[in-house]
Formats: sequence, C-alpha cells, structure tokens
Amino acid sequence: MIPELGHFALILALGLALVQAVFPLWGSFAGRRAWMELARPLALGQLTFLAIAFACLLQAFLTDDFSVVYVATNSNSLMPDIYKVSALWGAHEGSLLLWVFLLAAWGAAVATFSRNLPLPMIARVISVQGMIAIGFLLFMLLTSNPFERIFPAPLEGRDLNPLLQDFGLAIHPPMLYMGYVGLSVAFAFAIAALMGGKLDAAWARWSRPWTTVAWIFLTVGIALGSWWAYYELGWGGWWFWDPVENASFMPWLVATALIHSLAVTEKRAAFKSWTVLLAISAFSLSLLGTFLVRSGVLTSVHAFATDPTRGTFILAFLVIVIGGSLVLYAWRAPAVSGGGRFDLVSRESFLLINNLLLAALALLVLFGTLAPLIYEAAGWGKISVGFPWFNTMFIVLSPLLVLAMGIGPMTRWKHDEIPRLVRRLWVAFALSLAVFALASTRLLLPGNLHVGLGLGLTAWLVLTHLLNLSERLKNKGGIKRIASDLRGRSRSYYGMWLAHLGVAMFIVGATMVSNFGTETDVRMSPGDVHEAAGYRFQFNGAKSVQGPNYRAQRGEFLVYQGERQVAVLHPEKRAYVAGGMPMTEAGIDAGFLRDLYVSLGEPVGDRGDWAVRLYYKPYVRWIWLAGVLMALGGILAATDGRYRTLRKAATLPAGNLARA
Amino acid sequence: MKARQKRLVLVGLAIVGVGAAAALALSALQSNISYFFSPSQVLAKEAPADHVFRLGGLVSKGTVKRAEDGLTVTFDVTDMAQTVKVSYTGILPDLFKEGQGAVTRGRLGPDGIFYAEEVLAKHDEEYMPPEVADTLKTAHAQGMTGAAGAQPGPVARQVQTSGAVTQ
Repeated sequence: MIPELGHFALILALGLALVQAVFPLWGSFAGRRAWMELARPLALGQLTFLAIAFACLLQAFLTDDFSVVYVATNSNSLMPDIYKVSALWGAHEGSLLLWVFLLAAWGAAVATFSRNLPLPMIARVISVQGMIAIGFLLFMLLTSNPFERIFPAPLEGRDLNPLLQDFGLAIHPPMLYMGYVGLSVAFAFAIAALMGGKLDAAWARWSRPWTTVAWIFLTVGIALGSWWAYYELGWGGWWFWDPVENASFMPWLVATALIHSLAVTEKRAAFKSWTVLLAISAFSLSLLGTFLVRSGVLTSVHAFATDPTRGTFILAFLVIVIGGSLVLYAWRAPAVSGGGRFDLVSRESFLLINNLLLAALALLVLFGTLAPLIYEAAGWGKISVGFPWFNTMFIVLSPLLVLAMGIGPMTRWKHDEIPRLVRRLWVAFALSLAVFALASTRLLLPGNLHVGLGLGLTAWLVLTHLLNLSERLKNKGGIKRIASDLRGRSRSYYGMWLAHLGVAMFIVGATMVSNFGTETDVRMSPGDVHEAAGYRFQFNGAKSVQGPNYRAQRGEFLVYQGERQVAVLHPEKRAYVAGGMPMTEAGIDAGFLRDLYVSLGEPVGDRGDWAVRLYYKPYVRWIWLAGVLMALGGILAATDGRYRTLRKAATLPAGNLARA
Repeated sequence: MKARQKRLVLVGLAIVGVGAAAALALSALQSNISYFFSPSQVLAKEAPADHVFRLGGLVSKGTVKRAEDGLTVTFDVTDMAQTVKVSYTGILPDLFKEGQGAVTRGRLGPDGIFYAEEVLAKHDEEYMPPEVADTLKTAHAQGMTGAAGAQPGPVARQVQTSGAVTQ
C-alpha cells in the first residue's frame, strides 16, 4: 500500500510540475498577478509530494519490503539501518528520486528566501524549475519507477554493492546532487533573466549566493568522493580521471568560473552574456554528468546496465534542455550584453583569464571523457584515454591559472598600472621563484621540476594573499578589523582568501603525494618484516572474523619507525554473505603529514602468506582539507552581509531595492 | 588603446590560447590512448608489437597460476575463438575470477605472452566490460552460453559509485 502511495505522490508531483511550468510563466508575460503568485505555493506543494514519495521509498527500505523490485535489488535484511537509508540512492531509480526531491527542495528554498525578488522574476525562476522537474518525473514514471512491485516477492534482498556500504558513500551522492541540482537555480535565474531581457547587477546579486551554495555542495561532494575512493577501493588513489569523477568535476570547473564571473557582473556589470552562458553550461554539464553515469554509454570500470529506452529519453531530454536554452541565449543575449568597460590591465582581465582557463580545462575534461565514444562512433577503434593525458593537461594549464590567481586580487577594478603591480608583487614573485629553484633541485629534498612547480606556485599563492590581507588591514585599521569585517559586509573577501588558500593547500597535497608517495607490492609470510619509505611493516598473519553481513580475513600489521611503534593496522579482505563479493578494506594510519596504508591482496601458497600492498602517502590529507577550506570560504562568501541586508530591506513596505 | 582594439587583443589572445590548448591536447592524446584488442585480433597480428594496448576477454577456467614465491601470476584470456597467455606481477583486483571477464593493459612480448601492467576486472556480478561483451559477440563462438552475465537481466543491479574501482 505504502509504495503505491509513493507512486501516486510522484504522479501528483508531475501534475503540479506541469502547472508550475506553465502558469506562473504565462502570468509573467500576460501580467496576471494571480498566476504569478501561484509560483511560491506550487514550489512548496512540489516539495511536499516529493517528500511523501521519498518517505514512502525510505519506509520500504527500512521495513525490508522486498516486494518492491528496487528494494529487493539493493537492500538486504542483514544490512545496518544506515546503509538501508543510503541504499535508497545507491542505484539508478532511487538516485533519480533523490535528484528530483532535492530539486523541489531548492525550488522551495528559492520560494521561501527570495522575498525581495520582483514577482515576475520569481515566477519565471520557479517555472523553469518546474520544467526541469517535468523531465525528471516523466523519466522516472516512464522508464525507472522506484516503486515497481515484483510478485512473488523474494524472501531476501540482493544486498547493496558492498563498496557502497560505507559512511563516506552514504553522504557523498546527496552532497553531489545538492551541488548538481543547486546549479539548476543559477540556470533558472539565467533563463528567467533571458526571458525578461533584463540582465543587470541586481540579477547577479540575487543569483550569486545561490550559485555559491551549490558550488559549496559540489566541492564537498567531490572531496568526499575522492576520500571515499582513497580509503574504500583499497588502491590508495585519490583521483582516477574516471568518467564518473569527470562527470562531477566538469560542472565544478564551470561553476567555479561562474562564481567569479558573477562577481564581475555584480560589481562592474560586465561579462553579462558570458555569465549567462556559464550558468547554462554548468547546469547542462550537471545533467550530462547525471545521465552519462546512468546511461551506460561510457566505457567505465563502473557497472551500469544499459537500457535503450532510457538512453533515448535521456538524449531527447538533454537536447531539449541544452538546445532550448542555447537557442534562447542566441536569441536574447545580444539584447542584454554590453556593460562596464575595462582596461587590459584590470581585475576584470585577470578574472577573464581565470574564466577562460577554467572553461578550457572543463572542455578538455569533456573531450577526454567523450574521446572513446567519438573514436568508436567514427570507427577508429576502441580506445581509452589514460590519466597521464589528463594530468598533462592540468600540469600545463593550471600554473597559468594560479599565476593569475595571485595577481587578480591585487589588481584594481577597471584600470591598473603595470608598474604599480610590479612594485607590489616583485618580492613575492622573487621569493616564489627561489622556492621553485630550491625545490627543483636535490638540495633540501629530493625534488624535481614538478615539485618545484608545485611548491613555487604554492608559495606564490600564499605570499600574494598574505600581502593582500596585510595591505587591506593596514588601510582599514589593523588586525582588529578582521572581527568587524567578518560580522559585516566584508565576509566575502575572507571567503575568497580562504578558498584561494585551499587551492594552495591542494597543490601541496597533490604535489607531495604524487612525487614522494611510495607503493610496494610484496608477498609476506606471518612474521615477515618489510621496510618501505623509512617505516618497517611487520606482518603478524591474518585470521578469520565475522561482521554483521560479511566474513573477513583480518590481517595485523605493526609499523615501526626506528625502534618506536607508530601504528597497528588491520586491513581486511571481506566476503559479503549476500553477493559473495570479495572486498578489500584497507588499514590506514591517518596523519596530518602522512598516511600509512596497507591493503591485503590475496592469500598465496599454503603457509598463511599474503600478497600485500604497502603505501606511504605524504600530505595526502591536505587534498581533502583543501576541499574543507574551499567550502568554508564559500560559506563565508554566501553569508556576506550585503545579501542579508537586501533581505531585511525587502521586508520594508516600499521594496525599492527590488527592481523588476 | 581604444576599447575596440583592446577587445580585439583579448579575443586574439583567447583564440591563440584555445588553439594552443587544442593542439597540445591532440598531440598528447596520441601518446596516451590505448587501443583495445581481442585475443583473435592479437593472434591475427592486428595489435601493435611495440605499443601499450588493452587486451580483454574471459579468464579461462583453471589457468590462473601463481608463481611458487613472489607475486607473478599467469592466466589465459580468451574470446572463445582464440586464447592469449597473460603474465602479471602484483595484486589482482578483488573481482578477478576464473570464468569471468577482465581487461588487461600492457605490451605483447616477443614470446607471444602479454605482459600486463594493469588488470581491470569487472565491477560486480552482472557487469561485463563493454569491450569484452562485444568481443564475445563478434567472436561468434558456440560456447557463448557460458559467458555468465554478458546480458544483464531486467532486475540487473546498477551501481552508482564515484571513483574508479580498479586502477
């Protein structure tokens, strides 16, 4: 009964979405206030029905209702409750439900927190979101209904893929989807602005905090995914350039460009049509990402069943959304362009460089991800693009990006003088060059050109940003100023500052772990000692243990540095009861400056020997801490006082801040 | 400079940049892609002898042998028509199993043995690397019915993960 209720709620949500897509929009052109005012309640109603559907599916999972096909294929009565919850979005149908539920949640949030927006604008934004919801709901109801029943019901479920039975992965998809779906708000704002033909600084100011929040979720989601891959897959890697990862990284790159471009549009009213194009691209890439992962067209090492009807629907939906918005863009954008002029040497120029580089990187990732498809379609053979290619692209382009990141914030808007910049920056540049030179040699550490480049760029970012902060404080009244700045309208400055330092931190982590990390495959008998990267790993054999829904061989490793014991690691090789799938659970000693990481391969011979892999991973944590710093920076920027002031002003009867 | 000239300079720079990036991307691509070949194609000498490529198929039953000491393992990969012997030193992925699909990346030795640097196995019970499924189809072998899981059933598991499973 309850699954049918969920199904019914989905159908009602589709009905509401149709109304939501048509009437507020129509009203905004026909000038019918009543129709426009439907937008907010409709957005809330949409959320209500999808919350009901979501709750129904959740109930089916928690009560082990295996008469629901989706539950039977993805859950198991032995599974701990938390994984029954996360199993809901562990596969195709459920993750679509999560997607559309989050879409409704964002829509309701826009309806609730945008009281200061002019009515036609909010009506159009919510209508556009309704259109997206129609696509997803139709797709679910026609091809991927999560509430489908099976008769007779199986006695036991098939279990969730054991790789997904993990806390990191329980929260990774919702975070990522919050980011993907959040970009639909930026998209809806852009489309609404194109429809209205009015793109101004006020539009950018409305759109900015929403975009930043979506970007925060995307950042956190990607960092979580990388962290999960690192500890759960047992291969010690933190990024594989796998199509599934690329699918989340492309929207991130474009969204990063978008938040910078929005800054220019808000402050200087420039880059307008470019900003709109970025908003369209960011969401289109989110859609492409969601679907590429799902449709199984990619030669990924991930498992995705292919289904031609789904594939066709997806393709049609993508063509309508991307094609439609680009046609609208081509039609309306010429009317809205123009705006603030700027000189060649100005902050605008550096932000433009930033945008072009980020867009170029996104295009390259897209190309590398789709190249196997292009080759196959053209009949040039079956290829895979290895991660050395992606790495080369990033090593060539990102240093330029980082150089611009150092200069940009030090440059004035509109016009600046090169001599002034040189005067302010030459010390930082010389010091960074010195770091580069030192780290490229073997004087202090066994460096090479890559290490030099990484650490030199880090020094450049840190030094320029420290300089920037100290100049700012000097001009505005010393260190005490920080506290009042953070309370008031300058939070976004510190947000920028933190996020940029996050980039520096990321560069350190990636450089160190790529150049100084070690990895050893070795066969060890119980009692054997193997030395790697200055640590001695002593293997004490493996024994059988029983988990809630798996059996495992658990090895014990004592790790010594000199005579001191620094860690005891317990890597496991698990076999899950339901699927019989084997899985490696790595033993990790996490540290701020290094991780020690052991994974069990397989038993060899008959004397209790194991093939094991020993890793030393210096600074690997910095990669994810960088994600945390960037997210914190984003939070500061999104909560800047000026957005709150607007909200307060909007409660005044004369809404003169809110221009149509 | 006038505004118009400035814009021209910026556009020019952007075009040069995009061009350079595209040229770099394509030239680097040539040295970083690896083609996929089936055992039949390898024995027909279609695969390059001096270049890294990927070889895939089913792991023949009863052929996986570990060396007495050390970590070298050998096994046969078949497309039901032809078979190539593969040698790999290191740890095999969790889902590597006899009778199941696998893709390996490496070079063909002069002795006809494929020396793999990397072994990718299928991701879960139903999954078959797409190339392997194709290979089995095109090899029009009679014994294909045993190729478990080449066609996922209607209730096939679909998994959403982030991050590659094997590297």
